[in-house]
Amino acid sequence: MTHLVLLAQQLDQIFVIAKHWLLGFVPTAAQALVSAIISVVPILIVFPLLFAITTWLERKGLGRIQNRYGPNRVGPFGLLQPIADGIKSLTKEDIVPKTADHAVHFLAPVLLVAASFMGYAVLPIGRNMVLMNLNAGVLYFFAIGSMMELAVFMAGWSSRSKYSLLGAMRAIAQMISYEVPLVLASIVIIMQAGSLSTVSIVEQQTSYTGIWPHWFVFTPWGFAGFVLFMIAATAESNRSPFDLPEGESEIIAGYYTEYSGFKFALFFLGEYIGMFATSGMAITLFLGGWSAPFSFLTWIPSYVWFFVKLLTIISVFIWIRGTLPRLRMDQLMNLAWEFMLPMALLNLFTAALWHFMPAGLSRWLVCTALVVVPCILLSRGLKQRKKFQVRTYHYSE
Amino acid sequence: MNTIFLILAAISVVGTGAAMSLRNAVHCVLALTFGFTGIAALYLQLGAQFVGFTQIMVYVGAVAILAVFAIMMTHKPEPAKPSTFSSSWIEGSIVAAAVFSVLAWAVHSSSFSRQPSPPQPDATVQQIGVALMHHFVLPLEIMGLLLTAALIGAVVIAMDRKEELK
Repeated sequence: MTHLVLLAQQLDQIFVIAKHWLLGFVPTAAQALVSAIISVVPILIVFPLLFAITTWLERKGLGRIQNRYGPNRVGPFGLLQPIADGIKSLTKEDIVPKTADHAVHFLAPVLLVAASFMGYAVLPIGRNMVLMNLNAGVLYFFAIGSMMELAVFMAGWSSRSKYSLLGAMRAIAQMISYEVPLVLASIVIIMQAGSLSTVSIVEQQTSYTGIWPHWFVFTPWGFAGFVLFMIAATAESNRSPFDLPEGESEIIAGYYTEYSGFKFALFFLGEYIGMFATSGMAITLFLGGWSAPFSFLTWIPSYVWFFVKLLTIISVFIWIRGTLPRLRMDQLMNLAWEFMLPMALLNLFTAALWHFMPAGLSRWLVCTALVVVPCILLSRGLKQRKKFQVRTYHYSE
Repeated sequence: MNTIFLILAAISVVGTGAAMSLRNAVHCVLALTFGFTGIAALYLQLGAQFVGFTQIMVYVGAVAILAVFAIMMTHKPEPAKPSTFSSSWIEGSIVAAAVFSVLAWAVHSSSFSRQPSPPQPDATVQQIGVALMHHFVLPLEIMGLLLTAALIGAVVIAMDRKEELK
C-alpha cells in the first residue's frame, strides 16, 4: 500500500524530478539560466498544443450545437484540422495596407502574444510546479493583462481603416469596463486568503472536510465571485456573447480586419492563450488549483486535475458561445457598470461579513441571502425598457 | 552599476527620449509606454514588487490608454509633419548642459550623497497594506475622495441631459 502511495507521489512530482535531473548536467554558474529555460519551454509547448486542440473542439462543438457536423474531412473526426489550419495561415500572403503604419502594425500581434504568454508565470499547474512564486502574483497577472488592451489599440489604429478603429475603440472600452469586476471579484479571494501569492492561495484550498474540498467556490461569496469572474473573463477575451468588437456580421473583423495570414493566426493564438490564462487564474483562485475534487481522488497527479478543470472551463466557454446571442454595445456596458460592479462590491461586503461571523449555519444563511437577493433585485430593476433618443453631449454644444 | 541596471536604464532613457522626438503623436505615446515599462522593471530590480506591478497596471494599462484615446478623438490621422526640432538647438543644448552641470555639482557636494545608504527595507505587500491602514490611513482616504470626485465628474460630463424647457 505504501508502495502505491509512494508511486503516486513520484508520479505527481515527475516533472520536478526530471527538471532537477536535467539541471545536474549543467555547471553551477549556468544553472539559474538553464532552470528558467527548462521551466519556460513546457509552457510554450503545452499551451499552444492546447490551443490547437481547442480550435478542433470548438468547431466540432459549435457544429453539433448548431445541428451539423464540424470539420470531418482531415483525419478521423477532423482531428488533424488544426494542422491544416496552421499550414493555411502560414502560407497565406501577408497583406499590409499601403497607408498603414508599418512598424506599429507589425508589433501589435507580437505584443498581444507576448503579454498573453507572460500571464502563465504565476499559475501553479501542479504541486511545486509554478514558474515564479511571486509575493504579488495575482497583481502581476492583472498588470500583464492590462497590456493586452494596448496591443488591441495598436492593431486598430495602425490599420488606418474605419472598421479597425471602430472595432478597437469598442474592444478597449469593453476590456477596461470589464477589468473592474474582474479585479474586484478576485479581491474577495485575496481578502480571505490573506496573500497575493497564487501558491499560497492554492495551498489554502487543498484540505478536505470528509470528502468535500475546501475550494473557495463552495462558499456563497466564492460562488458569486466565480460567476462574476467568469463573465468578466468572457468579456475580457472578446468571446461570444461579448464579441461585438470582432463579430463577423457586425464589423467584418473589428480591429484585425486588415491582418492576413500569420499575423491573423497570431491574434487568434493570443486571444485564446489569454483566455486559457484567465481560466487558469479562475481555477487557481476559486476552483482549488491543482487539488482533487474529492479526498479519495488525491492519488491522481495534480497537473492532471489542473488540465481537467481547464478543459471543463473551455468546454463551458464553447457551450456558451454556441447558445447565447451577442450583446449589443450599450447592453454590454450597462451589464458591466450597472449590474456587475454593484454585485462585486456587495460581494466584498459579504466576504467581510463571512470572515467576522462565527462559523455555523447562520453565516451560510446570511451570506447566501446577501448574495442572492441583491442579484434578483438588481436584475429585475434594470430590466426597464430604454427609450432611444438623440444623444446630446452637454459640454460640447 | 551592473549590466541589468544599464540595460533597463537604457530602455527607460531611449523610450522617453523617443517620446520627445518622434513626429507622430501615437508613436510618441507608445514610446513613452516603453519608457514606463523600463521604469517598472527598475522598480522590480530594486525588489519593490508591489510598486513595479502597480506601475505597469496604472501607467501602461490606464494612463497610456487614456492618452491614446485622447489622441484618437482629437487628431486626424495625418501624414508625418516636418521635423519638430527648432533652429536654435545649439544654444538650447548649451543652456541645458549648464543647468545639468550646476545641479550635478550641487547634488554631488551635498551631505546627502555622502551618507551610507540605509538597509533596504523588505517591502512585502503585507507590510505595505499594514502601513496603509495604520500610518497612512488619512492619505488613503483622501485619495479615495479624490478618485470619487473624478468618477462623479466623468459621469456628470457624459450624462444624458433631459431637454430643459426654456
